[in-house]
Amino acid sequence: MTNDNTLISVQDLKVYFRSGHECARAVDGISFEIRQEETVCLVGESGCGKTVSALSILGLIQTPPGEIAGGQIMFQGKNLLELDEEDMQKIRGNRIAMVFQEPLTSLNPVFTIEDQIGEAISIHKNIGSGELRDCCIKLLKDVGIPSPVQRLKDYPHQLSGGQRQRVMIAMALACDPDLIIADEPTTALDVTVQAQILQLLKSIQETRSMSILYITHDLGVVANIAHRVYVMYSGIVTEQGNAAQIFHHARHPYTQGLLASLPSRSKRGKRLFSIPGTVPNPAYKPAGCPFHPRCPHAIPICGKEYPKMCDYGQAHLARCPVLFKNSHNPDKPEPKSI
Amino acid sequence: MESKSKDKQMILRVQNLKKYFPIRRGFFQKIAGWVKAVDDVSFEIEQGKTLGLVGESGCGKTTVARLILKLLEPDNGKIIFRGIDIGELTEKEMKPLRKKIQIVFQDPFGSLNPRMTTGLSIEEGLRILGIKRGKKRKERLEKLLKMVGMSPESADRYPHEFSGGQRQRICIARALSVDPSLVVCDEPISALDVSIQAQIINLLKDLQDRLGLSYLFISHDLNVVSYLCSTISVMYKGQIMESAPAEELFENPRHPYTLSLISAIPDPAPGLRRKIEILEPDLSDSLITSKGCRFQGRCPMEEPRCLEEEISFEKVGEKHFVRCWKAAKK
Amino acid sequence: MNKKEKGFNKNFQLETPLAPKRTRLQEFWRLFRQNRLAILGLFIFILFFCCAIVGLFMTSGPDPLLDPAMIRLQEKLRPPLAKPNLDSLRREEIPYLGFYLMGTDDLGRDVFARMLQGAWVSLTVGFVAVGISVLIGIFMGGIAGYFGQHHIRVDHVLVTLVLISGAALVTANFIRSGAALLCLTPAYIFYFIWSQNRSGKKTLPLWAKVFRKNAVSIDTLIMRIVDIMLCFPSFFLILTVVALLPASIYNIMIVIGLTSWMGATRFVRAEFLSLREQDFVAAVKTLGAGNFRIIFRHMMPNAMAPVLVSATIGIATAILTEAGLSFLGFGVPPPHATWGNILSDGKNFIFDAPWLTFIPGIAILIVVLSFNLFGEGLRDVLNPKLRERH
Ligand SMILES: Nc1ncnc2c1ncn2[C@@H]1O[C@H](COP(=O)(O)OP(=O)(O)OP(=O)(O)O)[C@@H](O)[C@H]1O
Ligand SMILES: Nc1ncnc2c1ncn2[C@@H]1O[C@H](COP(=O)(O)OP(=O)(O)OP(=O)(O)O)[C@@H](O)[C@H]1O
Ligand code: SF4
Ligand code: SF4
Ligand SMILES: [Mg+2]
Ligand SMILES: [Mg+2]
Repeated sequence: MTNDNTLISVQDLKVYFRSGHECARAVDGISFEIRQEETVCLVGESGCGKTVSALSILGLIQTPPGEIAGGQIMFQGKNLLELDEEDMQKIRGNRIAMVFQEPLTSLNPVFTIEDQIGEAISIHKNIGSGELRDCCIKLLKDVGIPSPVQRLKDYPHQLSGGQRQRVMIAMALACDPDLIIADEPTTALDVTVQAQILQLLKSIQETRSMSILYITHDLGVVANIAHRVYVMYSGIVTEQGNAAQIFHHARHPYTQGLLASLPSRSKRGKRLFSIPGTVPNPAYKPAGCPFHPRCPHAIPICGKEYPKMCDYGQAHLARCPVLFKNSHNPDKPEPKSI
Repeated sequence: MESKSKDKQMILRVQNLKKYFPIRRGFFQKIAGWVKAVDDVSFEIEQGKTLGLVGESGCGKTTVARLILKLLEPDNGKIIFRGIDIGELTEKEMKPLRKKIQIVFQDPFGSLNPRMTTGLSIEEGLRILGIKRGKKRKERLEKLLKMVGMSPESADRYPHEFSGGQRQRICIARALSVDPSLVVCDEPISALDVSIQAQIINLLKDLQDRLGLSYLFISHDLNVVSYLCSTISVMYKGQIMESAPAEELFENPRHPYTLSLISAIPDPAPGLRRKIEILEPDLSDSLITSKGCRFQGRCPMEEPRCLEEEISFEKVGEKHFVRCWKAAKK
Repeated sequence: MNKKEKGFNKNFQLETPLAPKRTRLQEFWRLFRQNRLAILGLFIFILFFCCAIVGLFMTSGPDPLLDPAMIRLQEKLRPPLAKPNLDSLRREEIPYLGFYLMGTDDLGRDVFARMLQGAWVSLTVGFVAVGISVLIGIFMGGIAGYFGQHHIRVDHVLVTLVLISGAALVTANFIRSGAALLCLTPAYIFYFIWSQNRSGKKTLPLWAKVFRKNAVSIDTLIMRIVDIMLCFPSFFLILTVVALLPASIYNIMIVIGLTSWMGATRFVRAEFLSLREQDFVAAVKTLGAGNFRIIFRHMMPNAMAPVLVSATIGIATAILTEAGLSFLGFGVPPPHATWGNILSDGKNFIFDAPWLTFIPGIAILIVVLSFNLFGEGLRDVLNPKLRERH
């Protein structure tokens, strides 16, 4: 499964949150991998465990209430889940950096931008103050902030939302990491600003040849930026493949439903398809396929048996044996479990 | 003459609406400037149709909604609802009209009273309609709940027992309880999960077909607006920049801001990547601009004239208006 | 329940609530139960409540079971649990229990009976005083929070001043000048209505313009009154007022109530300011509900949590204040017993009869402490921000 090209591979990760007598299975056995110089998107609805997966890569899950219940995260030959805090700190920010959703709260309001970017650099590198300053200016220039020299002394509240997000990206870039995890970096921004940020991420990735794990719930953004996509639902990966496979040949009822339910100009006048019901509470997940109470193709066995990943070839997998059997095709292999 | 017949067709006409908020500074709270949250906004909503109001965050969409609902007093301008200027009515005169315009808010968690069962929240409207407590009210309540796709037993539950989409349905039921003819939807789906959004859009559409409602649909998502609305107004920093029937706006956008908005729509059809017109980042202090076009500084076609004079809202086609002298001249 | 059925049914289906049904009260109790001290406080509070009510029935009426005013000079200063000397007592003088549970005082009165009577006084003073202060607080805070941005004009202030001074003059027997002042008010109102009817025609004279200037906003006015009230050391304020008024238990309650509403006002105002901006209030407004209904039906229940907490702690303070006043001799007049004056009577015999000071002292301590613990527990449960800590 893993080849030389793989940068990070997450295998069967399980993260549970316990509170009182409830146990929320936020991430319930997900596996994904990110290759070098690749943008991977994790899409899914609110509460399906995207942020928790990202945080557990960085070892930022609070325990308790959190608990890593199983799996491994292999990064450059090491299992990140087994590293101690000191080794983890060397990786965090240095090899793997993160950009958060809310740019206002993730910058400290009492420090200038220079302080904050400088701090991100000096934690991992030992350089003099003059050089540090040059570094900051260069980073700000790289992320497209106009007149960076004047902006250095600004406080976060003096910047617009888009600029704050650029500063966050500059901080993430500070140590030239191998992987940037961007957790919904544009959700709080306007479409025009979102377009700018996406453009920026794309160009950074091309010029610096790094990998990006991009987390979002917006399929439009995914189409714009992703090489490969993992669709998550209720703590598991339901479908994976490259962008074209996901958008033009979706194989899982959930992905199909999502795509069909997107409003657009071409669907004017027609009734939108909608997935009935609501997202399950992670503490009270249905047995079997978590999607079965809402699935139009569900058959009785779906409520009993946990569905296997089915291989559609060319690295396109979907977790729905029912549709796989229906699309019966002799030259395709039998569903095999992964 | 002409305006009379127009009034019949148009359920709501807004003319030159203005609302400035004072910025107070210093120890004595002196007024240091004005936030021009809504500045010379005009639009019309046809009976039974949907007007989409799109624009970026903070451009004044919610303020327009609050002005129409008389939750705020306008500084200037007319709000003509079915031929009556409700901007000038007093609280008392407004009372019978008030229930004809209802609102559905963005945040499904803040818009229901946490200490009241959903049934009681909805009944509040029925009480105001004058339906006495008893069997009749109960029947109406059940009918309303069914209309928005909720089971009747949800009436005894408290809001925290519902998911976001379900709460939004309850909010819609509450708005419908007083039999309105215009419903202002202030970003009703942007706080909801992706798979729930389509449910609410369908519900709104069904209700429009069944009850002949008119909507003012506020959103920042052009995809949704383009699907749902018959006319679209694009707002930027308190002013409407372009207004046109939906098809026309997408086929033939005139204003540079509209152009960049349309090109920035994230489109879930990979392979068809269009060129995105990347705008300059917005550096100005957003709504406190001085003179000239509000889009100055970000506009790719800017000329000295744009900074000098106030730009007027000009007609460039059938129901197509644009606030840009260069675009109007073309 | 029928989740599976629901899933397979592709037809139109109705949504049902998600979360497991647990009412607010159950949730409240679940959280409250975790706080042991608060439970203890609640327990003592209930005990105290029962004692006070039972005590009321046992110590009042024409022929009470336990007579707190019965003087037995031959049985002075008997220690707790002492048996009475049956020979020297008349039949009706023998204590109901057959012994002096808490001893007797310097006049031979049964301390247990007096404590029971005092418990009722403490309870009523606590509740009535806090009731008054909460009512005023809700009213003032509600007005400041909801109508706060409205302004009071200069003429409103002047007319009120004229009315007050007129009334004061009349009561002080300067009938003529008082009546003249009182008559000014209707005259001004007539002038006002008349000038409004022909408004816009003529510019107003300067003095009328000054009259119509906004003086202060209601919010500022109320909050400054609160600040002023808070400047006085309240115990001395009460002392002064009580010294002027005839001593009676009702005056004490009212005065304590009137001098302790500021906290509740602040809480209610703060809650109202944030509630006013919430969407559900706007929604009710657009439905067409009146201000009165919005305030009392929709906003008040949401604003009650902090008021409840401060009221609980306020009861403890009121009990303490009453005890202090009685101790100083300004409180409930004798022979009626209160914990404060039992304590005060006992202080002369502190070495001969320490129970006379210790019993009421410890009772006050326990009751006040229990109210405070209960109040803190309530605050932890009702305040979602503090909730996460537990
Ligand atoms: N600190 C925590 N304590 C308890 N439960 C938690 C905690 N953090 C996350 N969870 C649970 O884990 C689930 C997944 O959360 P997560 O933040 O990963 O969702 P997400 O996919 O990032 O959603 P969103 O799109 O809203 O950001 C949530 O439903 C939540 O109940
Ligand atoms: N009561 C108020 N006092 C002062 N300024 C206000 C007030 N209400 C709104 N504003 C300002 O008016 C501007 C427009 O706000 P509005 O809420 O209408 O924006 P919006 O278009 O609805 O944005 P969003 O998409 O974020 O909801 C903002 O800059 C805001 O700061
Ligand atoms: S396994 Fe069954 S329930 Fe799950 S997606 Fe496939 S058909 Fe639907
Ligand atoms: S008026 Fe000038 S600045 Fe404004 S949109 Fe038109 S060209 Fe651009
Ligand atoms: Mg998240
Ligand atoms: Mg808004």
